[in-house]
Amino acid sequence: MAVNDTLEGTHRIIEEAREQQDKILLPVHNDFNQELTTLNLGPTHPATHGIFQNILQMDGERIVSGVPTIGYIHRAFEKIAERRPFYQITTLTDRMNYCSSPINNFGWHMTVEKLLGVTVPKRAQYMRVIMMELARISDHLICNSILGVDTGAFTGFLYVFQEREKIYEIYEEVCGARLTTNMGRVGGMERDFTPVALEKLRAWLKSFPAVMKEFEAMFNRNRIFMDRVVNVGPISAEKALSYGFTGPNLRAAGVDYDVRVMNPYSSYEDFEFDIPVGTNGDTYDRFMVRNEEIWQSLRIINQALDKLPEGPYHADAPHYYLPPKQAVYQNMEALIYHFKIVMGEIDAPVGEVYHSVEGGNGELGFYLVSDGGRTPYRLHFRRPCFIYYQAYPEMAVGTTLSDAIVILSSMNVIAGELDA
Amino acid sequence: MTPQEPAAPAAPAVAEDPQKAANARLLARLHQLFGAEAFTDVEEPYGLLTATTTRERIHGIVAGLKQDEEIGLHFLTTMCGINYPENPGRELGMIYHLHSLTQNIRLRLKIFFPVADPVVPTLTDIYLTANWMERETYDFYGVVFSGHPNLIRILNVEDMDYHPMRKEYPLEDGTREDKTDLFFGR
Repeated sequence: MAVNDTLEGTHRIIEEAREQQDKILLPVHNDFNQELTTLNLGPTHPATHGIFQNILQMDGERIVSGVPTIGYIHRAFEKIAERRPFYQITTLTDRMNYCSSPINNFGWHMTVEKLLGVTVPKRAQYMRVIMMELARISDHLICNSILGVDTGAFTGFLYVFQEREKIYEIYEEVCGARLTTNMGRVGGMERDFTPVALEKLRAWLKSFPAVMKEFEAMFNRNRIFMDRVVNVGPISAEKALSYGFTGPNLRAAGVDYDVRVMNPYSSYEDFEFDIPVGTNGDTYDRFMVRNEEIWQSLRIINQALDKLPEGPYHADAPHYYLPPKQAVYQNMEALIYHFKIVMGEIDAPVGEVYHSVEGGNGELGFYLVSDGGRTPYRLHFRRPCFIYYQAYPEMAVGTTLSDAIVILSSMNVIAGELDA
Repeated sequence: MTPQEPAAPAAPAVAEDPQKAANARLLARLHQLFGAEAFTDVEEPYGLLTATTTRERIHGIVAGLKQDEEIGLHFLTTMCGINYPENPGRELGMIYHLHSLTQNIRLRLKIFFPVADPVVPTLTDIYLTANWMERETYDFYGVVFSGHPNLIRILNVEDMDYHPMRKEYPLEDGTREDKTDLFFGR
């Protein structure tokens, strides 16, 4: 009888907590049967994979309510961007979703190109597609393998981390950096693919599918893994849309919204690929959607590499694209343009533009208001995980602590992007 | 599409561009639902239909658009604040981006209001995602969303006593001399 009372009480409290989970002041229960524990999950808990905190109210092992606190690594990117010339903002975008920074870089470049009216040659567009899909693969690999770590399977993580290392080596050949890539320039790429880069890319495309198959064989039908993730943290399509979900998390809930297909940019319309969707939006669906997207990204890379057109790798836009360094020493026009670009003396047209790309974890949007000056008047980043992370308390309430960790890592929340 | 056909001949030259045609259709529907006087400064910068409305109307418009099956603008992509200190009476603004996932059409709505009275109705009762977006705008611009369930700072520290994205707050300390550049300015 006491057991029943407790259960009923728990349900009641869960219902109440759902109503007021956004309140900082949590309800105090002085019931003899109820003694809630406050647990600080984070800010530096290893399982949060980033600096953010959740204040959880626990009834035993079960979560009654959660209050997320974010902003621990807020760096005021939107304010800084109002003082920087366009080309210097690329380095800020690197530091948002640092698991897939080339996507952020190119998203920003495409926004500026849209504002300036610069058309990028096909070769540069295809090169961008290759790098963006590599970034997507490395982003999804990290998310899925970390999900494995959180469920207790460390081996898969080590398997695919080696592949991520190889992707970073390709980045290194293409742009010289690994994590915060600052890849490409406004108007195209900063240099062509070197023969070594192409060689590494081709070698990786050959070796990776076997590793991915092994990774999938380890998880997809693994009984222990499925017990931990199936039906954990489900979210309906209506709720997901209302919460502003995009990317794999929305597709796992069954909505086939993909920016690459709906508003193709950078020649995505030239490639053939599928949009994987889930059905009930639980952790398992999110995991499977990401796995399938890795295969689709591989398809895109292979097509882009096969069809990679010859030609220039940047637009003929001397006002915005830095001339080759050698020309700066020998050619008067090149010297002038170099000086003007570096000093940020080149004005942009007046206007406002919204451009979005399919980032690693959703629709990454850039809303740029230009008043004609050298810097943006206002720049707003639509950061996908800032927008969908607010659904986390609702998804975690009622589950156990270990499930909450799994839900969190399956959402692919990146602290740098969350806090901007 | 068909009920709006009579509106199309008004601008036959632009009917070739599907983006413009879709925007014209959307605008006609907006006028039909909420009245033409509700929207001013209608533009299409870079193909995205942009209209300014008032803060009294914004809640009704967003709610009405979410329910309207014909256009299906049921996805709030993002919202953000903006500050124009040189526009008296319209210093602060809110910019909403709506997206129709079924018809793939976007709409940008703007409202402006005085900085002395920065009160705007909340959209949290229409979109759950508006919660943190509005908290972010409150944090950075000091826009007060009436009816918001939990309007507290989100990214900045709680004891901050100003709203840093307003143009009156410079990015760097203006009194520093080591950062002045005599030749090119800062």
